[in-house]
Amino acid sequence: MALLDAKTDLSDRASLQRGAGLFMNYCSGCHSLEFMRYDRMGRDLGLSDAQVLENLVFSGGKVGDEMRTALRREDAKEWFGVAPPDLSVIARARGPDWLYSYLLTFYQDPNPARPFGVNNLVFSGVGMPHVLWSLQGIQSLEKGERPAGARLEHAVRLEATKEGVNLHNIVQDESGAESRVVDRLVVSAPGSLGVGPFRSAARDIVNFLTYVGEPAKLVRYRIGFWVLAYLGFFIVLSYVLYREYWKDVH
Amino acid sequence: MKALLSGLLEWTDARFPLSKLWNEHVAQYFAPKNFNFWYFFGSLALLMLVLQILSGIWLAMYYKPDAEEAFRSVEFIMREVEWGWLIRYMHSTGASFFFIVVYLHMYRGVMYGSFKKPRELIWILGVLIYLCLMAEAFFGYLLPWGQMSYWGAQVIISLFGALPFIGEPLALWIRGDFVVSDATLNRFYSLHVVALPLLLLALVVAHIQALHEVGSNNPDGVEIKKKKDAAGIPMDGIPFHPYYTVKDLMGAAVCLFLFAFVLFLVPEFGGWFLEAANFEPADPLKTPEHILPVWYFTPYYAILRAIPDKLTGVIAMGAAVAIFLFLPWIDRHPVKSIRYRSLLFKFLLIFFAITFVVLGYLGTQPPTAGRAELGLRLGEAYFAFFLVLWWYSRERSAGSTWTLLAVLAIVFAVVDAIRWDPDKAALMALSALLPLIYFGLFLVGPLVSPRLNASREVPERVT
Repeated sequence: MALLDAKTDLSDRASLQRGAGLFMNYCSGCHSLEFMRYDRMGRDLGLSDAQVLENLVFSGGKVGDEMRTALRREDAKEWFGVAPPDLSVIARARGPDWLYSYLLTFYQDPNPARPFGVNNLVFSGVGMPHVLWSLQGIQSLEKGERPAGARLEHAVRLEATKEGVNLHNIVQDESGAESRVVDRLVVSAPGSLGVGPFRSAARDIVNFLTYVGEPAKLVRYRIGFWVLAYLGFFIVLSYVLYREYWKDVH
Repeated sequence: MKALLSGLLEWTDARFPLSKLWNEHVAQYFAPKNFNFWYFFGSLALLMLVLQILSGIWLAMYYKPDAEEAFRSVEFIMREVEWGWLIRYMHSTGASFFFIVVYLHMYRGVMYGSFKKPRELIWILGVLIYLCLMAEAFFGYLLPWGQMSYWGAQVIISLFGALPFIGEPLALWIRGDFVVSDATLNRFYSLHVVALPLLLLALVVAHIQALHEVGSNNPDGVEIKKKKDAAGIPMDGIPFHPYYTVKDLMGAAVCLFLFAFVLFLVPEFGGWFLEAANFEPADPLKTPEHILPVWYFTPYYAILRAIPDKLTGVIAMGAAVAIFLFLPWIDRHPVKSIRYRSLLFKFLLIFFAITFVVLGYLGTQPPTAGRAELGLRLGEAYFAFFLVLWWYSRERSAGSTWTLLAVLAIVFAVVDAIRWDPDKAALMALSALLPLIYFGLFLVGPLVSPRLNASREVPERVT
């Protein structure tokens, strides 16, 4: 299934800072970033230790601590069925687009088997509640009408629209003929942010997680440019040297 | 100062053959003057070996071979060790580059007949290096202890379990446990950082020693030692230093540029060099949906997977690698270089390269009926390549070719009868075109037009 494009941009420092704030407020209660330290994050995001301690450290720890969660794994397992994973490298394992699509496609699911009353389009049967509901509001899934005798179907792509997210499916009937059916996610109970602002908040979180996935990314492009420039120069130099030596080979 | 240095050299030479070694292997080693692009990859393989050893030494300073700590220690290297990310990416990019370089180096050998008399041992030592490298890569891949590390190792080790009688005890002996575990990780670490690098270095030294004993082949496949001047120096030879040292320096510069491009800008290389699933810590209770080896193993993996019977698949996979050891006795055509060999030989070699690449691609894709069928046919084409190579070694009569074709027809019919599946009848019939066209072109072709398989005359001197 083609996912929504997260359009992450690690040079957008304001977005990274907002993402850090959102993560600490909405995610860090359950999810750790245990390969990351607060002060390192602060330095990379342009925040002083004091700013980090005041705004982003809720666990009462020191600024040099690893970003752990107060939730005990045994408790979490009991409450959610599965311990919330550490998210340090989640952006590298799942990819930013997947995370972005995941954050945007929670919807209300009346199925009594769903413990938190919600489900997700990219992670069916997810154990996590819709923690951002107060921002996004509640989305409901309006299923497109299936042709009579529809048998197989598979999701093709997600599409962001003005009202929410559309899911395009290919549906096959018994004769094997295919047709396209669109399911729509629409906000049925609005949250504190509209569709657009919520998307940009989700993007900030994904941007932040992408940074956390590989903090070295901030420097490796910059250093890489100079390394390549040097090696490019070295290629020319070695070529000239080669030509000079090989003049006398006939 | 100069007097002091030459005095020191004299002192050393009286005690250790320093000048002698330098002259024998570098300054007075006469290499053919007509090396082309393909001849860069030997020295580049050496460069990659050095890079891997150096970056590996530094990684081992921080890495912890412990099932509880391994994943974390890799992330520790990526984040908290000064320049740790650079060293780790050097090592991960280096692994893939090493294989790219080695594959091109091997292909060069096949193209120019560099494995033929008197270079059989150079080739065999080279294949042993390749085997060693595969083992080294396999052991090393477990160390980050991600999901793909874990399950990849689980799958590959379980292949040994398919062997009759000794299979399961052997797999258990390799793992040191009933599943891949801490014990496996520790022994793989030991093999990866001590045993195999030692073996690898020893083999590389022997490979180069053997090469310098008989001298390098070249794109014309002409023995330069046959034409020497009054001083006993090959007329088409030039001293390795400075001519090939400066030329290889240029090759190294270009290679390092590409290397740095991947390392700094796209270290995952779209999931080909570092797989996304390996950023999830190993979980023995959660099998990933698709378990795939890294790209350099996928051609063999595709052959394994294409064969429905596991033991046969394992044997075919092993044979696909081991067959390279016998190449000097498979292709015995007197003409070495592709330049003077027949048109059909050129096609044969190009088709083998395509077979290898497509098999490699199929090995990375989740299997479907169509892909499995194509994989099987290309697996057949893989081995057929060596058969045709052997057949081309000398003039064959029309009668013997028809006999071979009849034997092949029976073998293919039996194989297809064994794996016959009425549901896939159309697919199997369609894919049967591949061997038909293959043998039609390469075996019937020369009968129809002998010109297609005629070699050209090899010149006396290099061109």
